[in-house]
Amino acid sequence: MDLFEYQARDLFEAHGIPVLAGKVATTPNEAKSAAAGMGGKVVVKAQVKIGGRGKAGGVKLATDPDDAFAKAEAILGMDIKGHTVHKVMIAQAAPIKEEYYLAILLDRAARSFLVMASVAGGMDIEQVAHETPEKLAKVHIDPAKGIDAALAESIARQAQFPNDVQRQVADVLVKLWACFLAEDATLVEVNPLVKTEDGRVIALDGKVTLDDNAGFRHPDHEALVDHASTNPLEALAKEKDLNYVKLDGQVGIIGNGAGLVMSTLDVVAYAGEKFGGMKPANFLDIGGGASAEVMADGLSIILNDKDVKSVFVNVFGGITACDAVANGIIQALEMLGNKATKPIVVRLDGNNVLEGRRILKEANHPLVEQAETMDGAAARAAELAAR
Amino acid sequence: MSIFLNKGSRVIVHGMTGSEGTKHTKRMLKSGTHIVGGVTPGKGGQSLDMDGTSLPVFNSASEAVTATGANVSVIFVPAKFTKAAVIDAVDAKVPLAVVITEGIPVHDSIQFVAYAQSKGTTRIIGPNCPGLITPGESNVGIIPADITGSGPIGLVSKSGTLTYQMMYELRDIGFSTAVGIGGDPVIGTTHIDSLRAFQDDPKTEAIVMIGEIGGDAEERAAAFIKEYVNKPVVGYVAGFTAPEGKTMGHAGAIVSGSSGTASAKRDALEAVGVRVGVTPSESAQLLRSILGR
Repeated sequence: MDLFEYQARDLFEAHGIPVLAGKVATTPNEAKSAAAGMGGKVVVKAQVKIGGRGKAGGVKLATDPDDAFAKAEAILGMDIKGHTVHKVMIAQAAPIKEEYYLAILLDRAARSFLVMASVAGGMDIEQVAHETPEKLAKVHIDPAKGIDAALAESIARQAQFPNDVQRQVADVLVKLWACFLAEDATLVEVNPLVKTEDGRVIALDGKVTLDDNAGFRHPDHEALVDHASTNPLEALAKEKDLNYVKLDGQVGIIGNGAGLVMSTLDVVAYAGEKFGGMKPANFLDIGGGASAEVMADGLSIILNDKDVKSVFVNVFGGITACDAVANGIIQALEMLGNKATKPIVVRLDGNNVLEGRRILKEANHPLVEQAETMDGAAARAAELAAR
Repeated sequence: MSIFLNKGSRVIVHGMTGSEGTKHTKRMLKSGTHIVGGVTPGKGGQSLDMDGTSLPVFNSASEAVTATGANVSVIFVPAKFTKAAVIDAVDAKVPLAVVITEGIPVHDSIQFVAYAQSKGTTRIIGPNCPGLITPGESNVGIIPADITGSGPIGLVSKSGTLTYQMMYELRDIGFSTAVGIGGDPVIGTTHIDSLRAFQDDPKTEAIVMIGEIGGDAEERAAAFIKEYVNKPVVGYVAGFTAPEGKTMGHAGAIVSGSSGTASAKRDALEAVGVRVGVTPSESAQLLRSILGR
């Protein structure tokens, strides 16, 4: 889960990382009172989980509370690269002298953690890495040892931070590591980390990604979920414990196993080229145990999607037996009754496949037809969607 | 011959007393796997009946190894206890630990993978993987044993069901070993480790490598193939239609920015002479044509 800037700011503050005053607001009035509480000039910042909001006009300086109201009014509801702005953060303004970059992240390839630090902050770090790699220090962290003060200071020196801020940067890095570890983050990024005119080092903007798998030891992370931007079908699926992602095509997909479902999306898109560009409407992995109830939950979510014109159920019976899946489909259709209106192409293979196919054939449901192969089923589902 | 797993594999099941552990212990026994016991802290000394086979339960992997000579551990414990179970297996110097459990925090995976590397005596496969099978010899994990038999193909895959699908497509030819390495961002055994082992295994004549979006493991595997592998390799990559920023089921399957896309992976593989199919069936056909079958 990616956090909003204001959530990252609050998390940083909780871990003792120096930040400026900041408060989230969802209305111009809230923005005004937040600005009044802070006094002086403030920055009104759109809260969206995408880069480039400054250029899009999502970050504005406000001279007083009334101005903060006006700026918030302009920014709230704005569309930034497809993300609607539902919240702004009112942040204290600070005179900035220098901008740096500091991050800790998961390095998949090295199966380790990585610190990236640079005195060339404020800009896209991938650009720095590409154009001036000498300005970006990268240091792998031994997961058994972590980052102590001595290592942090050596990283600050290696990244050529000016002498007068090295100690402060190292202190931020130690606290950032504590935050990274304690919160089960896979990314904590401060960009920019700034030096103010009066010589303080402050985390001005932050990006944090938390590991969803670690939710069981962080019940407080649930409160950070952005329900407003979650697709309603995705929210419904989550309630039912289904792994669902909404996409923009017309062929609803249900399958078992993440890899097979991903592959199914591709095969459908590939087959759909011949039928006016039909595409998959969703990713839905019902997992290993495809019971009737799970199948009914899955089918009902997909049939609730008004974009769906046909459905492709693609199951390889590994541990799950195909006869159980076939019974699940039939029972699911009974449970859904006349709510089920879209044609369903089913491809079963693997464990007990003959019995599974026989059950579907004998049930002779008007919406259901079978296909022998994955490629054939994908073509048929795309053809039906294009009608 | 085979890789990682063979007739001599003596398997202990971490979490055998749990429902998943019991279910899969019975399945593995039925498929001929030599299971010698289970490990559940606090339940040592019991014996469990597994459809007619009585298996002892131990408090730790060390006790189990001493009593049974086990050389493989398969781990079915819930995510919150998995790190402790893997460390237990590493401390017992079990040469192979196969972690089936899904949903493990990546901080835990990094810790136990680093721990195993620092000790140097245990290979970890997984986590979040279906395990591996050497048909006719041993089956560790949840791969169905009856899809196909022994043969000349080596298979390495991030995905469980795509492993089954590919074994099914090529069931008339058969496999030396099929390894599901798992779909998490951090895993113990990589495509590269498996490719190296298949290259070195005399029984394996051709290799199928199944990848999916996220990370750059397939790109690095491509570089390794160029350098080290002269057996024919056929590839398949899932996730061409996956949008950026959405996790596709597996914790590691996410396209971020310009990296991790299926096209980049296919291009990297094709650049080193690996033929990549558009669908699993097409990849299977490519392999057939290479083997002339």
